[in-house]
Amino acid sequence: MTDLTKLTIAQARTGLDKKEFSAQELTQAYITNMEAKRNLNAYVCETPDNALKQAEASQEAINRGEAKDLTGIPLGIKDLFCTKGIPTTACSGIIKNFVPPYESTVSQNLLNAGAVFLGKLNMDEFAMGGSNETSCFGPVINPWSKDVPLTPGGSSGGSAAAVAADMCMAATGTDTGGSIRQPASFCGVVGIKPTYGRCSRYGIMAFASSLDQAGPIAKTVEDCAIMLKNMAGYDAKDSTSENKEVPDFTKFLSGNIKGMKIGIPQEYRIDGLNDEVAAYWDKATAMLKDRGAEIVNISLPHSKYALATYYIIAPAEASSNLARYDGLRYGVRVDGNTLDEMYINSRTAGFGAEVKRRIMIGTYVLSAGYYDAYFIKAQKVRRLIRNDFIEAFKKCDVILTPTTTGAAFAIGDKTMKDNPINMWLNDLFTVSISLAGLPAMSLPIGLNSQGLPLGMQIIGQPFDEQRVFEAASALEKQVGFKGDK
Amino acid sequence: MTAMILKGKDADWEIVCGLEIHCQIISKSKIYSGASTQYGSDVNENVSFVDAGMPGMLPVLNEECVHQAVKTGLALNCHINKHSAFARKNYFYADLPQGYQITQDKFPLVGEGKVEITLEDGSKKEIGIERIHIEQDAAKSIHDISPTKTFIDFNRCGVGLMELVTKPDFRSPEEAGAFLKKLRSIVRYLGTCDGNMDEGSMRCDASVSIRKVGETDLRPRAEMKNVNSVKFAMQAIEYEAKRQLDLYDNGEVMEQQTRKFDAVKGVTEFLRKKEFADDYRYFPEPDLLPLELSDEYINKVKSEMPELPDEKKKRFVEKLGLTPYDAEVICEDKETAAFFETAAQGHDAKKVANWLMGDFFAMLNEKKLSLSESPISAQNLGALVELVSQNVINGKTAKDVFVLMAQTGDAPEKIVEEKGLKQVTDTSAIEKIVDDILSSNPDNVAAYKAGKVNLMGWFVGQVMKASSGKANPAVVNQLLKQKLG
Amino acid sequence: MDEQTVKKITFLSRLKIDDDKVESTKDEFVKILSWVDQLKEVNTDGIEPLVSVNQNNIALRKDEVTDGNKSAEVLANAPMKEYGYFAVPKVVE
Repeated sequence: MTDLTKLTIAQARTGLDKKEFSAQELTQAYITNMEAKRNLNAYVCETPDNALKQAEASQEAINRGEAKDLTGIPLGIKDLFCTKGIPTTACSGIIKNFVPPYESTVSQNLLNAGAVFLGKLNMDEFAMGGSNETSCFGPVINPWSKDVPLTPGGSSGGSAAAVAADMCMAATGTDTGGSIRQPASFCGVVGIKPTYGRCSRYGIMAFASSLDQAGPIAKTVEDCAIMLKNMAGYDAKDSTSENKEVPDFTKFLSGNIKGMKIGIPQEYRIDGLNDEVAAYWDKATAMLKDRGAEIVNISLPHSKYALATYYIIAPAEASSNLARYDGLRYGVRVDGNTLDEMYINSRTAGFGAEVKRRIMIGTYVLSAGYYDAYFIKAQKVRRLIRNDFIEAFKKCDVILTPTTTGAAFAIGDKTMKDNPINMWLNDLFTVSISLAGLPAMSLPIGLNSQGLPLGMQIIGQPFDEQRVFEAASALEKQVGFKGDK
Repeated sequence: MTAMILKGKDADWEIVCGLEIHCQIISKSKIYSGASTQYGSDVNENVSFVDAGMPGMLPVLNEECVHQAVKTGLALNCHINKHSAFARKNYFYADLPQGYQITQDKFPLVGEGKVEITLEDGSKKEIGIERIHIEQDAAKSIHDISPTKTFIDFNRCGVGLMELVTKPDFRSPEEAGAFLKKLRSIVRYLGTCDGNMDEGSMRCDASVSIRKVGETDLRPRAEMKNVNSVKFAMQAIEYEAKRQLDLYDNGEVMEQQTRKFDAVKGVTEFLRKKEFADDYRYFPEPDLLPLELSDEYINKVKSEMPELPDEKKKRFVEKLGLTPYDAEVICEDKETAAFFETAAQGHDAKKVANWLMGDFFAMLNEKKLSLSESPISAQNLGALVELVSQNVINGKTAKDVFVLMAQTGDAPEKIVEEKGLKQVTDTSAIEKIVDDILSSNPDNVAAYKAGKVNLMGWFVGQVMKASSGKANPAVVNQLLKQKLG
Repeated sequence: MDEQTVKKITFLSRLKIDDDKVESTKDEFVKILSWVDQLKEVNTDGIEPLVSVNQNNIALRKDEVTDGNKSAEVLANAPMKEYGYFAVPKVVE
């Protein structure tokens, strides 16, 4: 029998429906792999018993001929999504004992589509980080690591690593400034951050509310389409989710991009852009052109300010969003003689260094006397950044850029450690898209000279994930990337 | 003149006072969640995960809270802002689960307006409204169950509030008191808040400073928290103004500060100085989109406005002939006004008003009953007045009938019938009694004729007595005058 | 940004920094703030701050009681609870 953990969702669907293997066999194969690869530290909570029960129910549904898109498909869930009765910690010490009595809308949607949940995936604490090293459970190891352990990227590092290492068929991620796309790129898998408002944020622990979006990480563009179709949708419980019909994204995978206009932003060709990344970008551009796309140069002049803008807005919102973790109603309390002492003790003990740093920066930029100079200024630049995209999309249908400036780096990398700004530079190519609320997908383009995957990013217009899928499909077919390590 | 002038050592001082009033909005469910607003439920029973500030929970705005605030704004002649927005006010406290209050800051739902108050001497004054915004109420801390702990009940958390801020237009405690009464009357008419200050559904903070008469700048003020009755508010303002005068007279410094009113001692006490703990770091609430209201919506609310106390008063004076004072008293309370209107329907409104404000209120007072518990219905009160108007009974008998109505709840017609109290208007029957009285009192007849005309009253009394009070006094008078010449 | 500001921000954040870390924290903040100061070179005259990228209007909820009556679940994760209340160290009013 073939190795079931090498299948895509689409292949597994066929196999399950044709009864070539059972849902239990499929889930068991993943459980076995999940346990065998614990050294990667991708899962922070394994739920094999639950998974097997769900697999059994899935098989019954299949037998009754009632299989849905994800019936029997084993998934991993980023630990930022609240899962009812299953510990959900955001990989933070402050709520490492938290068991939500409710289910996030996105994970509920997946369950409704028949999915099997294998467990909760490691991530940067409260999704703040680009290397998965801020997790209170320790870093995830990138399955592409050779001699030194590499990071899988972050914050959805566990999700990308688990998919790349065949420890789940696909996973949920969240993306605030690049947290789906950058790890997908580092781990040689596909990930899409949909348009802001496409997926409900209900039940996802908030990092920066005006930026956070859920999305899938999977092995193929098609699998991402299947996943996103089943994650997305209007939710009355989230006022920022948009009441728009969710297209069947699997209908946009023909790869026929004849006449599609692909924008290439000149400003992204920054000084010191890694040669290999630059070369792959050119190659990807050529490939799309070969398939009939029209290449147009576009300008995104304010994108270079996106990082600084992001590192004002995101920490500001985070400082407020994380105020609820005070040791009063849930989480880990460290006692004190007064209420304030209890807050201070609990929060000081519970949060990690990066989270504290961002809470304090956020508090500072919102505080009296600095609000206009920092926060309001950043919101104005944010508008300029978005306006750039609106202008650019008058000339093109989608935009092609590299996802990251380079491949995965080593865990404990000194330049990142010594200066937090170096770590933040990881988001250089992803963050402006988040600020503009646009959909963007990262997919593998090839390996660098060290044999590590690199990714390309395809950016779409609001609520036009369809053309992102079309362009990504075309590129995927052309690239023929094999995930063999 | 209603301004209160304080005599200082070497100058006259005036009070400058503004009020901030929190009104709990009447709605079935909370402002941002679907939990009930029911008062007096079991501990933490009316609490959703949103109200408890659980991770990943999001607010969804209750349309009724918007509607109620717009109604209130219109009733106070305020500008309704078609564009308003929500903001977070960040601070840590045990009764604030998210670590921030969702309120409105720069863009309140209701803008400026003005309200005319009537003072006891009949003079009128206009009070400016700065704004009304909507926000969530906090939870309740309970300090007196345990000596070492504070307990939190989140039932009240998330109940909608309207926060009304006046301009600093009050120059005396009396003006502030009149405003509070007026506001309470209006919100009760509208059904937007029950206005019970003692139960905390309407809570008042007063900010007080004083300045020398003629000065135009404001001096440092004291904010007094939770002065929870009209009387306390007036006492607190007066006490605080005098306290500040003493400071100035003694050459001391008055610092901006927060104080509280001790109702038992009748004094205000220092709570805290303004400090950086008050840096609330307001910023736009990213979980709620701005609120946009259409002209159609506002016009619809306008068209559905009930008659307000001022309009009702005017109508009662102009159409029903009530004195302004009577109209004022009757209209202060919506239920009383409704009772009056029912009672006055088809009868002599002025007389009904006299009965209502005289014997009727006295009866309720004596029996310690509320209007709704009255044994005498509005219809029966009207019927009693009608019996007098129609000369079926005379005024004196009516008083007796009223007492019986209060005892039995019976209709006046029934009592008059059963007790045989119908007035005798048959002239021949009365003439016979008159003749009897005159013939048996020849001395008094002689005295009268000799000029002792004030004996008329004695004759009338004798006739009434002989008729058991049923004789029509007008007929008696007329006959006596005829016969005595 | 000075050490006093660091202490104020730390307290507003309800966090604690050891005294010997205040200066290095300040230095780090200075570095970050001077980095974000690049935004000063952007001309934003007449630009409205972008608060939300959403395109729809706010969705309002009907005034119906649809939630509540789950105090056991609400309290399930509480570090300290008594008589159905959440409990904290005594708050002095």
